[in-house]
Amino acid sequence: MEESGNILFSGVGGQGILLASEITAYSLLAAGYDAKKSEVHGMAQRGGSVTAQLRFGKRVYSPLIEPGRADIQMAFEMMEAVRYLPYLHPGSKVIVNTQKILPPSVANGQAQYPENVLDHLTEKGITVVPVDAFDIAREVGEVKTANVVMVGALSPFLPVDVSLYEEIIRTRVPERFRDVNLQAFAAGRKISE
Amino acid sequence: MIKDNGLWLSGNEAIALGAYEAGVKVASGYPGTPSTEIMENLSKYEGVYTEWAPNEKVGLEVAIGASFAGARALATMKHVGLNVAADPLFTASYTGVSGGLVVITADDPEMHSSQNEQDNRNYAFAAKLPMFEPSEPGEAKEMLKLAFGLSEDLDTPVMLRVTTRVSHVKGVVAKSEQRKDTGTCEIIKNPGKLVMLPAIARARRQIVEERMVKCKILAEESDFNKIEEGDTTKGFIAAGVSYLYVKEAFPDAAILKLGMCWPLPEKKIRAFAAMVDELYVVEELDPFLETHIKAMGIDCHGKDVIPNQGELNTAIVRKAIDPGSIPELFPSMEMINRPPNMCAGCPHRGIFFNLSRMKVFVSGDIGCYTLGFLPPLSAMDSCVCMGASVSIAHGIAKAIGDEGHNKVVSVIGDSTFIHSGITGLINTVYNESASTLIILDNRITAMTGQQHNAASGYSIKGEAANALDLEALCRAVGVKNVYKVNPHDIVETRKVLKEAVELTEPSVVISEGPCVLLPEMKERKPVSYFTNQENCVGCMSCIRLGCPAISWTVFEEGEAEKRGYKKRQKGISKIDEILCNDCGQCASLCKFNAITRGEEK
Repeated sequence: MEESGNILFSGVGGQGILLASEITAYSLLAAGYDAKKSEVHGMAQRGGSVTAQLRFGKRVYSPLIEPGRADIQMAFEMMEAVRYLPYLHPGSKVIVNTQKILPPSVANGQAQYPENVLDHLTEKGITVVPVDAFDIAREVGEVKTANVVMVGALSPFLPVDVSLYEEIIRTRVPERFRDVNLQAFAAGRKISE
Repeated sequence: MIKDNGLWLSGNEAIALGAYEAGVKVASGYPGTPSTEIMENLSKYEGVYTEWAPNEKVGLEVAIGASFAGARALATMKHVGLNVAADPLFTASYTGVSGGLVVITADDPEMHSSQNEQDNRNYAFAAKLPMFEPSEPGEAKEMLKLAFGLSEDLDTPVMLRVTTRVSHVKGVVAKSEQRKDTGTCEIIKNPGKLVMLPAIARARRQIVEERMVKCKILAEESDFNKIEEGDTTKGFIAAGVSYLYVKEAFPDAAILKLGMCWPLPEKKIRAFAAMVDELYVVEELDPFLETHIKAMGIDCHGKDVIPNQGELNTAIVRKAIDPGSIPELFPSMEMINRPPNMCAGCPHRGIFFNLSRMKVFVSGDIGCYTLGFLPPLSAMDSCVCMGASVSIAHGIAKAIGDEGHNKVVSVIGDSTFIHSGITGLINTVYNESASTLIILDNRITAMTGQQHNAASGYSIKGEAANALDLEALCRAVGVKNVYKVNPHDIVETRKVLKEAVELTEPSVVISEGPCVLLPEMKERKPVSYFTNQENCVGCMSCIRLGCPAISWTVFEEGEAEKRGYKKRQKGISKIDEILCNDCGQCASLCKFNAITRGEEK
């Protein structure tokens, strides 16, 4: 996917998907690509499943990824990694934060969180890159950088030089969080390299 | 790729920049997804007056007034907001403008955050106004500027229609200079043009027709309606985001891209139709272009293959036109739903928990609190449009008669009450029904992302402003029974609700609890509640609140006894102290001293 690509971000509201998708997009723009990102606001944001769709290439027309054409999925929660399966193809990569966030029906005891949920992906030949983003973020010293750990894990798969990501993090993250985010990025990148 | 003057903006951010560059002097709007961020962003530019109006009708009227005084003026709203603003819109079409006037309608196909998916292109036709329809953020900015020019050239309000996939899509946008020659604003008396008495209106009515004829000629000549040459076996007519889907699904095809969806460039359409073997009109929602093109006597495909519901995308367009082209996809997996929910600590939860235990019809309204419909609270029985809760409750009470005095309750947020609930309350008092109105006053317009309103005490820029006194307002319209409750105190609130509902005259209960997403609420360091698990008897009282911070763990067989609980206890509840927002609703429900407020973190 040198010339163009589709990245689907999925997770639960409040996980920092916005910042992760913005850092990725600005890095791609800095590398000379056109990029479009689509997301929805309002009622859809209140604690439910959240997605952002990022597309890049020489010239991007549609802001939406077609089903079956997501090259990479950045899943911030395990069930959310599987929910959008029809968007993936056998060559897709799924970078997944191995965290469980219980949906309301599980939290109140009416349903159970599915076991070995990522098997649904691997059995179809999809490459899964598990990332314990919280643990890594904690080691780095700030749990809130889990989203940037995820960007780090994504970074080797995109045609963007590592220095561009670092430059974007430096300019887009408030100064007091800059160093810890750069460390989080580097720690995430190590997983996929 | 971003060049030197380049930015990467959402459609709404680009429109705000376009308004600034166009020299807009006055802008007014009411928040509504997907339009909200236009005004939010515009309010950050120097030299532009911006405001949140109480509703879209007021917002548009403010913009019309500013235009009458010679200013370039903008009104923004979501699609259903234009229903509210339709009254001034249709007559502003007759008065025309002095300074350029643009009305932005942000439509929401697929109803991501709306109660219907009406197609507001129909308004351009019905109100006899030109309408631009951009495909992407950069174009939205440029078209807004064109719209202001056209408005002044033709003496007409101009509409700009965007959809969710333009407003909330980020793309590359080129920045340019701000228009300097904005002229001066002053009193311009022209009653023969602006006082819409029948005699004047009849004269203006003719001018509207002449204006639309001129606009049609312009539509023929301008390059925002453009034929892109290509393979003519299948030719496409498309506007807005649909153009992008066609472009991607059929990159080599001939396309007539319409930047203006009303009035239509008839000659250009005829010429294009003659060029191609088969003509397809690709558009979301109504067959708007298709109907008008067919009325020209041109044969085309449209809604016979393209869905008339929901959003389109590249795959839908491709499959509709070339059914064999779609590859086999992985099947979708049944995953447990993750529906939206009120936040931990949300004040609305306490009210809906109580309502779920009262035998009343709950007439609901538009806002975060519409989520009171969802289980486990399941305490909303209808929701139609902004402000409707109050008047629908009155109608139900009238239909049932005297016996219905304690059976109907309406719930409405502070902002929605100001928007259009107050008129319903005036009616309830004037025409005497005993329904109870609950105003959920959380000090902000929350669902759309924390916008100030006439009761919040701050302007759009966050400067101090008058804070409407809701209690005094309710008393002033004649409600004798006005109560105030703290919704987090569930037991006390229930007593008040029961008393109010039993009254045989109108009553209002104002539920006072600030939104937990308010900056001042986020900045405070909430003390978290925690579960004294040894006291928990597994009664599930707290679980029934549906709070995202409270979870239930089921005991395995024999586990209850092993852990020292009663043999038949099914499980135990636990509060996530990180998610807890310190509202105490669960503690007020727990009868077993199993929930305690912790020490300050």
